[in-house]
Amino acid sequence: MTSPPSPEPQSVTRGSAAPLLLESTSQLPPAAGGDALKSGGARRPRTPRIPDRIRRGGLPYLLLLPALVLELLIHILPMVIGIVMSFRGLTQFFIRDWNRAPWTGLHNFRIAVDFNAPIGEALLHSFYVTCAFTVLAVGLSWLIGTGVAILLQEDFRGRGLLRTVFLIPYALPAYTAIITWAFMFQRDNGLVNHVLHDQLGITDKPSFWLIGDNSFYALVIVAVWKSWPFAFLMVMAALQNIPRELYEAAAIDGAGMWQQIRKITLPSLRSVNQVLVLVLFLWTFNDFNTPYVLFGKSAPEAADLVSIHIYQSSFDTWNFGSGSAMSVLLLLFLLLVTAVYLIFTSRGRKSADV
Amino acid sequence: MRSIRAAAAVAVTLTTLAGATACGGGSDPSGGGSNASPKTLTYWASNQGPDIPADKRILTPELKKFEKQTGIKVKLEVVPWADLLKRILGATTSGQGPDVLNIGNTWSASLQATGALLPWNKANFAAIGGRDRFVEAAVASAGAPKKDPAAVPLYSLSYALYYNKKMFADAGIAKPPATWDELVADGRKISKNGTSGKWGLGAEGGNLSENIHQAFVLGKQHGADFFDASGKPTFTSPGAVAAVKQYVDLMGKDKVIAPGNAEYAQNQSLSDFSKGRTAMVLWQAAASTFAAQGMKPQDWGAAPAPVESGTPGQGKNVNSMVAGINMAVFKNTKNTKGALKFVKFMTSDEEQKILNKAYGAVPPVTAAQSDPAFNVPGVKVLKDTLTQSAAPLPQVASESQFETTVGTAIKELWADAAAGKTITTASVKSKLTKAQQQMTQ
Repeated sequence: MTSPPSPEPQSVTRGSAAPLLLESTSQLPPAAGGDALKSGGARRPRTPRIPDRIRRGGLPYLLLLPALVLELLIHILPMVIGIVMSFRGLTQFFIRDWNRAPWTGLHNFRIAVDFNAPIGEALLHSFYVTCAFTVLAVGLSWLIGTGVAILLQEDFRGRGLLRTVFLIPYALPAYTAIITWAFMFQRDNGLVNHVLHDQLGITDKPSFWLIGDNSFYALVIVAVWKSWPFAFLMVMAALQNIPRELYEAAAIDGAGMWQQIRKITLPSLRSVNQVLVLVLFLWTFNDFNTPYVLFGKSAPEAADLVSIHIYQSSFDTWNFGSGSAMSVLLLLFLLLVTAVYLIFTSRGRKSADV
Repeated sequence: MRSIRAAAAVAVTLTTLAGATACGGGSDPSGGGSNASPKTLTYWASNQGPDIPADKRILTPELKKFEKQTGIKVKLEVVPWADLLKRILGATTSGQGPDVLNIGNTWSASLQATGALLPWNKANFAAIGGRDRFVEAAVASAGAPKKDPAAVPLYSLSYALYYNKKMFADAGIAKPPATWDELVADGRKISKNGTSGKWGLGAEGGNLSENIHQAFVLGKQHGADFFDASGKPTFTSPGAVAAVKQYVDLMGKDKVIAPGNAEYAQNQSLSDFSKGRTAMVLWQAAASTFAAQGMKPQDWGAAPAPVESGTPGQGKNVNSMVAGINMAVFKNTKNTKGALKFVKFMTSDEEQKILNKAYGAVPPVTAAQSDPAFNVPGVKVLKDTLTQSAAPLPQVASESQFETTVGTAIKELWADAAAGKTITTASVKSKLTKAQQQMTQ
């Protein structure tokens, strides 16, 4: 405080005014201090009267409120409707007025998890496919993204250009990029077979990529191509925050490149990786665009992801109740995995902090 | 700080997850039509021409004509095929649809079940000049049997066998095949077990609807239907299994279809045909596509699609499904009278001639068919097939499900055949059994 405190404003500030007000007065020239405080006191009724207790505890929530309301309207409400739908026999007979759809209780869920009957069996199959796809795609995206980000740490000519080029897959509209891949994977006219078969002679006859067993690998390749730049971007940003001195000190102590990566780089990336892997996992597990654009509305068995499977149940066979039930099961699974992941990683962080 | 971070993490997670279950809908209390806004109509036309601007060019002058006659302004929106069904479902759910719309005729019974479309009872048909103006097979494909149709036929199409005259002459084949045995024999002469680099027949193995259309026709030829009289699926009847096997065998056993066709779903078989890689395709009204791809009308011929034996006709000699576009009125329309007037206009003899000529289709209105434009070789085959030997796809509410499940089963069989796996009656039956068990209604 630059101006001598007078009893009047003191009592005012203690009651309800914000420290902001005091801070702002402290910017004023000393001569004007007293007046400013007084006039500040006169303006006081216009500033919101928020008790300290609420301000300290509640302000963050107050700021979150608009987001929460929108979240409620845009996501939570439809989600609740989706959950309600999953308990109903909602088919084309009722979509015009879906409140009339009969309650079927757990029927939709029972069918979805009856793994001996075709619908449950197909759902389980697509679940396995999705798990394998997610593990491979997330793992590879992370590996490539991190590797490239570390390599591009060294300063060299053309680094900026390379960084830009690597971000192209991330910036392209998904549909355009994936449809281009679909063309390249065509058996008879596609670039992939042209290179593998005609030019390199690796395969003894042109292979199918969009049907049959290979379709799984085609899917993984496109997914990794699409998502590794995001991993690259995140890791690159995190790497900027590691002090160069650490590496210099380590180099003086005789640490090689591999040791530097293992002992300095990776531990420093820990918190970024936690978020990165979780986000990549959720995006990849729910990925709809890639299989849909690549294979159309009916994916080959080997690449039948849960998202496509649910879409088919809902919109191609017009059984919205059953599709909703499958969505709810998927949601529960993802919530469970996320919760376990968060608990696991935050425990790890705590022990790391100590 | 930790609690806020946790809250943020939960919020992020929920946001990401919520996408999975976010599919909502509204409800609509009002039913039936009214005449609250008599001077305007909205019309969703399906994309019929080569592209959407072409459709607008064709339709706009006709809509102007209608406005001049009646004073009703029609707002046109051309909807691409891939979006149309979803748009209709959305409109049905929200109750906010167009007044008049086009629907694919295979969806008729499924859409009829939603109750969103105006039923074409006697009175409504009378308002557009009566039901008997239309070809009966076309009306039969506009809704479930014994119910008032959900739509009125607008453009009709059927399948024909298109063949490359030069490739036939080169292989020493005098006339197009009339039976499947002849087709296989001719195809083998051309493909020589796949060693000639050319192939007998084209197919779209990845296109579920194509698979269904061919399987349905072959099913008829084996005396089988995919649904019984009560609307229950009968996918595994011996006739249905034999039909699917016969179709897929054209690639696996007979080797007249190129393995690459198993992944086709974007009409690639038509460009193969135009480039002289395959000698035959089974298609609906392909003339304009051939022309667009550089073929001259004298390069190709059109013949009725093959049957088992004899000449095409009813019963076991059905050789095409009744394909086409129907016109429906949305039950929620605020202008029922205007909508009926508009349908009457579009199905009038004169407009039928203009529109079907523009789209290369056959008028479902009998009186319009006599126009010489529908008696040129390519179109005449379609017209004769439609009137003499075509049958509508099963008009059941679960038709959409049938297309997905059986269409996918056939797609998987194509993939197996292309990979060189042997297709047996047992393997076909097991795929169809699975498809049937996935029908939940």
